[in-house]
Amino acid sequence: MTDVKTPPAEPETAAEPQGKPLAWPLGLAGVVLVIAGSFLSWSYDGQILGDLSINFYPGGLQILAIILALIALVLLLAEKGPLTKLGAWLDVTAGLRALGLTLTLYMLLVLVAISADSDGLINVNPGGYISFAGAALILVSAWLLPLRQLRDMSEARLPAWFEILSIAVLMAAVLFVAAYALGLEDAWSFILCLVFIAAVAAVLFRTGALSWVGHVAQRNRKVLTLSAFLVAFLFPFTQGGSDANMSIATQVLVFAATAMGLNIVVGLAGLLDLGYIAFLGSGAYVAATMSTSAFATIGWKPPFLVVMLIGAGVAATLGLIIGTPTLRVSGDYLAIVTLGFGEIFRFSMFNLDGNNGPNLTNGPNGVPGIPDLEIGGFNFGDVHTVAGIELGRFSNYYFLLLILTAFVILVFSRLNNSRIGRGWVAIREDEKAAEAMGVSTFGLKLLAFAVGAFLAGLAGTIKAHQDGAVSPDQYIFLESAFLLAAIVLGGMGTIAGVLLGATILKLLPEKLRFFSEYRLLLFGLLLVLMMRFRPEGLVASRRRQLEFHEEDEALAVEVEEERLAVEEAK
Amino acid sequence: MTVTDTQRQPARTGGQPVLEASGVTMRFGGLLAVNNVNLTVREGEIVGLIGPNGAGKTTFFNCLTGLYKPTGGQVRFAGTPRKAPKATRKQADDPEAVRVEPLGALTPLPPKPRAVVRAGMARTFQNIRLFANMTALENVMVGRYCRTSSGALTSVLRGPKFRREEAATRARAQELLDFVGLSKSTEHLARNMPYGDQRRLEIARALATDPKLILLDEPTAGMNPQETRQASDLIFKIRDSGLSVVVIEHDMRFIFNLCDRVLCLVRGEALVEGTPHEVQSDPRVIEAYIGTGEEDDEDEVQDAHVQDTTVADEEGRS
Ligand SMILES: Nc1ncnc2c1ncn2[C@@H]1O[C@H](COP(=O)(O)OP(=O)(O)OP(=O)(O)O)[C@@H](O)[C@H]1O
Ligand SMILES: [Mg+2]
Repeated sequence: MTDVKTPPAEPETAAEPQGKPLAWPLGLAGVVLVIAGSFLSWSYDGQILGDLSINFYPGGLQILAIILALIALVLLLAEKGPLTKLGAWLDVTAGLRALGLTLTLYMLLVLVAISADSDGLINVNPGGYISFAGAALILVSAWLLPLRQLRDMSEARLPAWFEILSIAVLMAAVLFVAAYALGLEDAWSFILCLVFIAAVAAVLFRTGALSWVGHVAQRNRKVLTLSAFLVAFLFPFTQGGSDANMSIATQVLVFAATAMGLNIVVGLAGLLDLGYIAFLGSGAYVAATMSTSAFATIGWKPPFLVVMLIGAGVAATLGLIIGTPTLRVSGDYLAIVTLGFGEIFRFSMFNLDGNNGPNLTNGPNGVPGIPDLEIGGFNFGDVHTVAGIELGRFSNYYFLLLILTAFVILVFSRLNNSRIGRGWVAIREDEKAAEAMGVSTFGLKLLAFAVGAFLAGLAGTIKAHQDGAVSPDQYIFLESAFLLAAIVLGGMGTIAGVLLGATILKLLPEKLRFFSEYRLLLFGLLLVLMMRFRPEGLVASRRRQLEFHEEDEALAVEVEEERLAVEEAK
Repeated sequence: MTVTDTQRQPARTGGQPVLEASGVTMRFGGLLAVNNVNLTVREGEIVGLIGPNGAGKTTFFNCLTGLYKPTGGQVRFAGTPRKAPKATRKQADDPEAVRVEPLGALTPLPPKPRAVVRAGMARTFQNIRLFANMTALENVMVGRYCRTSSGALTSVLRGPKFRREEAATRARAQELLDFVGLSKSTEHLARNMPYGDQRRLEIARALATDPKLILLDEPTAGMNPQETRQASDLIFKIRDSGLSVVVIEHDMRFIFNLCDRVLCLVRGEALVEGTPHEVQSDPRVIEAYIGTGEEDDEDEVQDAHVQDTTVADEEGRS
């Protein structure tokens, strides 16, 4: 961590409440214990969790614990010690409490994982207990330390190069951690790694560092976007030719691009669409039936770019057809009608098998054996070697999907910041008032439907080739529900949030196969918790945040009134 | 009862008619909310609409602006002349915030809100209906929607035309916020703004549609005396920039200071129309108010305010 430039000289808060005198040394002792324990052996069994059994040679999970302990050290030193300048800006104690909690949870899970993977607690070596005790000490010390006054991070100004450097460091860390986490084979290690990520995120959030990152991101939007794409672009190069993770990554991208399209409909225009997956499906079916698969039913084989446009066009047309009569109803009714539409689509694909009408889709068998894409002589099935790193089939699709995702994001953000986007949000806020102000409510709602469907159709055409097969049961209601869940989880109407939500919802089930039986239960639980504690989603749009936190809003009004009173007094 | 035309005095400014509503009738099932009401508004005129609660004032506004389809009668509005004079382009640099085009002949107005706004009639709501989670500036920019034309494709491609229009929209919205005295609240969320500011923001949003006539539904409800004074100054300022205004109010002092002409509705019917002085002294008006227990005007306004805020809050939350 780098030292923060001194904030404009402010009177030292002399009467700062002092916690118990023991608290600080206790925390320091905790840090020492965690680190010391991590250098010792945690587990008797060397086969599990990537070998934690060798003294003085910490394994991956032990290094994560050390990193967390070092963060705790920085926080403690910011509380009292050489880094107090940093402490003036950050809510150190709150961060330390979050860290203590998550680190203790981390160590507890380590103990559980060791006893679950080998036979019982007997296999835990002293190092594990020492680190656990250290984590508990940090937790205790954090609760004994006094909370401090948080300063407004929006005032924090640092040199531009420093801000850009922090973005770069952050992005590099994201890439590194993503590659590391995805490389973990066993589920326990992956879960522990998630806890580690959660711990770092919690510290950043609770100390207020995240809000500083938010301000920095606001100021350096272009840099952030570019570096995010650079990281996403570099990701396949970290996989060393392995297709396992790249397969997951492509699925995440399809899911994210589709969710982004739905985000226009739900997040901006506020139309609840429960049948959105049908648009992805129609794109996929168009690409499948026009492919050179032996089961394809349409003889015409245009180049893929044309197929893409046709697929998106068909989806958009379906959107218009379903939208024209139904967009006159609102709210719950629209949800029911679109839900029905999604099912109608699936059954149509099921029934267009030659027995009940033309043979377009081969009914329940779908269209298997779709060959890999070939665009301008570039075959997506081939393995290429770039800079000594093998890039397999999925990497090829990954790059194509990355371009698609970028395109969808571009469309989303540009529409959002335009006359059209303002019209959408106005409709979402108050349809009657929007109409009375001359906004063409019906036309705009239809447009949202059509644009959303168009983007999903685009994604569908690529998905068909990447999956190699389409069948009706890929496009069930549950998929629409997951798309919606990704948006709600991530934050309606935001870009970063929906990308994050889509990643979480797609990545976790793939990586944690053993919990796939409880998948729905856990997601339900997650959503309920989200609704209770953070209804605006993980990444809140500026609007939503104020919408959901009434107390904060009351505070804002108060502040505003005070400001007015002061002004009047002048 | 019909409007007694003999009582009508020529308006102070005496311009061309902007709006002519004749025989407007609105029936909700068995309830005759507005019954055969006539109203003519001339250029640069401020007309007051008064009447006890439930008299049908808001319903009349809704009929004029196309939110309700009147069951009877006709609304005619000054059309825009075919050839827009070149001068309007130059007026873009005019320091005066509100610009008005010259009037054309009266044409029937279809009862569709969008058509009404496009024709040049804008309104505010009795229960403030701002876009609560948009900033003040964005609210006003939404008002520009019907006067701008960038479509979805243009917005994605961001050509020079789009950028020019977007910049013009932003500049105009800022100009209007300055005009109503909200220059400092540009980036505030509408829902976080004080009550009086919200009312002014609603007026700015209505002005953004470049209206010739603006309908204000109780613009001072729930305001303190100082804010009320500011509001009437603002309405004069709007009038001076060439617009016509129709304003519903319960505050009699406010309305008699402000208006050139006053129409009193009672139980859906036009009772009296005339100068403020004539209406004020008319025994039927006094009787109408006393008869329905409206003698205490201040209380009335107070109550209306309380009711309004709850409704607005509920709307904001849903
Ligand atoms: N949509 C509707 N459906 C049925 N009745 C309605 C409707 N809108 C208004 N009314 C009725 O029409 C009558 C006139 O209402 P309106 O709101 O126009 O009164 P107002 O003069 O604006 O009163 P206030 O001073 O309280 O605002 C009332 O009796 C009201 O209940
Ligand atoms: Mg009313």
